[in-house]
Amino acid sequence: MEEKTKPKLAVWKFASCDGCQLTLLNCEDELLSIADKIQIAYFPEATRAEIEGPYDLSLVEGSVTTPHDKERIQKIRKESKFLISIGACATAGGIQALRNFKDVDEFTSIVYASPEYIDTLKTSTPISDHVKVDFELRGCPISPQQLIETINAFLFDRSPRIPSYSVCVECKRRGIPCVMVSQGIPCMGPVTQAGCGSICPFYNRGCYSCFGPKETANPRSLSRQFSEMGYNNDQLVRTYRTFNAQAVEFKKESEYHEK
Amino acid sequence: MKSKTINVNYMARVEGEGALHVDIQNGEVTDAKLNIFEPPRYFEALLRGRDFSEAPDITSRICGICPVAYQMSSCHAMEDIMDITIGGPIRELRRLLYCGEWIESHALHVFMLHAPDFLGYQDALQMAKDFPEQVKMGLRLKKIGNDLMTLLGGRSVHPVSAKVGGFYKAPNPKDLDIIVGDLEWAKDASLETVQWVTTLSFPDFEPDYEYVSLCHPEEYPLNEGRIVSNKGLDIPISEYERFFVEEHEKHSTALRSHRIGGGAYLVGPLARYNLNYDKLTKTVQKAAEKAGIAESCNNPYKSIIVRSLELAYACEEALRIIREYKKPDQPAVEIIPRAGRGYGCTEAPRGILYHRYDIDEEGKILDGKIVPPTSQNQLMIENDLRDYVQQHLDADDDELQWKCEQIVRNYDPCISCSVHFLNLKLNRK
Repeated sequence: MEEKTKPKLAVWKFASCDGCQLTLLNCEDELLSIADKIQIAYFPEATRAEIEGPYDLSLVEGSVTTPHDKERIQKIRKESKFLISIGACATAGGIQALRNFKDVDEFTSIVYASPEYIDTLKTSTPISDHVKVDFELRGCPISPQQLIETINAFLFDRSPRIPSYSVCVECKRRGIPCVMVSQGIPCMGPVTQAGCGSICPFYNRGCYSCFGPKETANPRSLSRQFSEMGYNNDQLVRTYRTFNAQAVEFKKESEYHEK
Repeated sequence: MKSKTINVNYMARVEGEGALHVDIQNGEVTDAKLNIFEPPRYFEALLRGRDFSEAPDITSRICGICPVAYQMSSCHAMEDIMDITIGGPIRELRRLLYCGEWIESHALHVFMLHAPDFLGYQDALQMAKDFPEQVKMGLRLKKIGNDLMTLLGGRSVHPVSAKVGGFYKAPNPKDLDIIVGDLEWAKDASLETVQWVTTLSFPDFEPDYEYVSLCHPEEYPLNEGRIVSNKGLDIPISEYERFFVEEHEKHSTALRSHRIGGGAYLVGPLARYNLNYDKLTKTVQKAAEKAGIAESCNNPYKSIIVRSLELAYACEEALRIIREYKKPDQPAVEIIPRAGRGYGCTEAPRGILYHRYDIDEEGKILDGKIVPPTSQNQLMIENDLRDYVQQHLDADDDELQWKCEQIVRNYDPCISCSVHFLNLKLNRK
C-alpha cells in the first residue's frame, strides 16, 4: 500500500512502564504486516522518524500525573481522529494512582532528596478524565491479541470484539478448576474483566485483577467471601488498591473497608 | 571555532522519556546532560505498608521491558530477610525465566533499537526493506524469548508465576520440551547475528571505564554473586550502599549514581562480559574470538556484538537448564516473615538492579530502596557524550546529533526504570 494512503498511527506515552506499547512490538508475527497497512507516523520507542499530525489513530499509554501532561493530552486529542487508551495506567490511573489516597508531598520527600525539583500533580488519573476517549483497552499489561483486534476493528470501521465478562468465564472455557472453590485461594476473577486468558488461576494463584472491574462487578459480595476466608480490612483495602485502584468500583470498595 | 548547542528534545528508540543537551563554547564542551523527564511514579513510597509478598508484582510495574529483573531482585531481597537461600530446580527455573527476558530484551535492542543506527535507518521497519532477513531473524529471536517467558510465567510483560520463595507452579519437564527446537534455532541465529554485527563499522572510542557487575564463582551472573569491578571493588550485595550513592539532579526526575569517593561507572553487557568472560560457554568464547573481541571489549558501540554474544549464551544456558531439569517436589519454599532488612541484586539485561527492603514482624514493608541500571549508567552516558563531542567537534550537526543519540542507545537505557530518563540538546555558542 502507498505510504500516502495508509492511515497514520501515533503511539503516545504518559506515566507508565512502557509495557503496553512494547506489546505492539511484541506482536512479532503481525508487526511487518501491520506496518504494511498502517503508517507508523509517531512511535518514539521504535523510530526516530516523526511525521506530523493529524493522526487517524492514536494509542495512548500511561496516566496523567504532571501539569505538562495535562496540556499535552489536550493537544493529542485535537490531532487524533480516533483515540484509544491502552493499559491500566491509561484507563484507571495505574499503580501510581495509589498516591491519590495519600499525601503526594510526603511521597516526593520519600523518593527525592530535592523535592523542589519535582513538578507533579496530586493525583494520577486516567486519560478519560481529561479528554474524550473512543475506546479503552484494559490490562496491566494489555493483551497482544486484543491490541491486534482493536487495530483491525479500527481499520475496518467496526467495534472491537473485546469481552466485558469475567475471568471466571475464561477459566471455565480453559477447563481450569476454580482455585477459590477447590483450593481456598482468594481470587479476584469474579469481579475482573476477562482478556488475560486466566493466567493466574492456570499458574495456581488467585487473579489480582490486572484488567480491572468487569461490567456490573459486585466487589462487596467478593469482599464478604474474602472476609470469611480470613481477610482483615487492611488486606481488603490492599486487594482493591493495586493496578486499577482508581477504577470507580474498586475505589469505592477499598474506601469502604478503610473506614 | 564558533559555539553551538545540540538539542534532541525526545530521544527515540529508548524505553521511556528523555532528552539530550550538549553545550559547546569556543571549541570546548562545557555541558553534556541527559534530561530525564519521565514523570515520577513514587514506587519506593507506595511500597510502604504493603505486604512483602506484593513486592515482586508491584515493582515489576516499574519496567515493562525487564519485569523479571524486578521480580528477581525483590524476591532475593525478601528471602535475604528470612535468611532463605533457594537452590536446586527452583533456582534453575528462575535462571531459565531470566534467560527468556535476556533473549527478548537483547533481540529487541540489537535488531530494532541499535542496528538501525549503524546502517543509517530511522527504525527497524525501514531497515526491513533492505535487510528483510535480518529483521525477520531478530523478530523471531525476540518472539522465542517472549515464548520462553510465557511458557514459565503466562505472559512476557509482567509474568505471573514468580513469588517470594519460588514459583506458584513448577512446570513438568515435558512442558518445557516444546521450546527446545526453537531455542536450538535461536542459538544458531544468535551466533549468525554475532557474525553479522561484527561487519558493522564502529567509531574508535574506548574510554577508561570502571565496569561493575555481579560475579559468581561458577556461572555467568544472572541472579547471584558478589559485586565486583575492574578497579578493585569486590563486595557482598549488602555493602552496596557503602560504595555507591544516588544524587538528585535538577535536570532530571531520575536519580544519578556514582562511586563514593570515585566517579562514574558502567553496568550492563560490557561490564558483565569484561568481568566474567571465563564463565561463558566454549561456543560463545569461540564466536567472540572470531569477532575479534576475545577476553575484553571496551568500545561501547561494540556492545551490539557483546549483546549478541550474551544472546547466544542465554539460549545455550536455557537449553542446558531444560536438559537437566527435574520438577521440584514443591514449587516454592514456605516463607514465614520476620522483621529485618534484606538486599537483592540481579543482572537485568541492561545491568545490575539493586533492591533493599525493611519489613516488620508481620511482613509489612517499612522502607524500600531500588537502584535501576539506567540511573547507574547515567553519569557515564554524560561522560561519553562529553568525550565523544569533544573528539568530533568538526562533524556536522546532524551527524553529531545522531552519533550522540547512538551513544545513549549504546547503553540500552531504560528511562521508565530510572525514574524513581531523554531529549539531545547540542548547544554551540
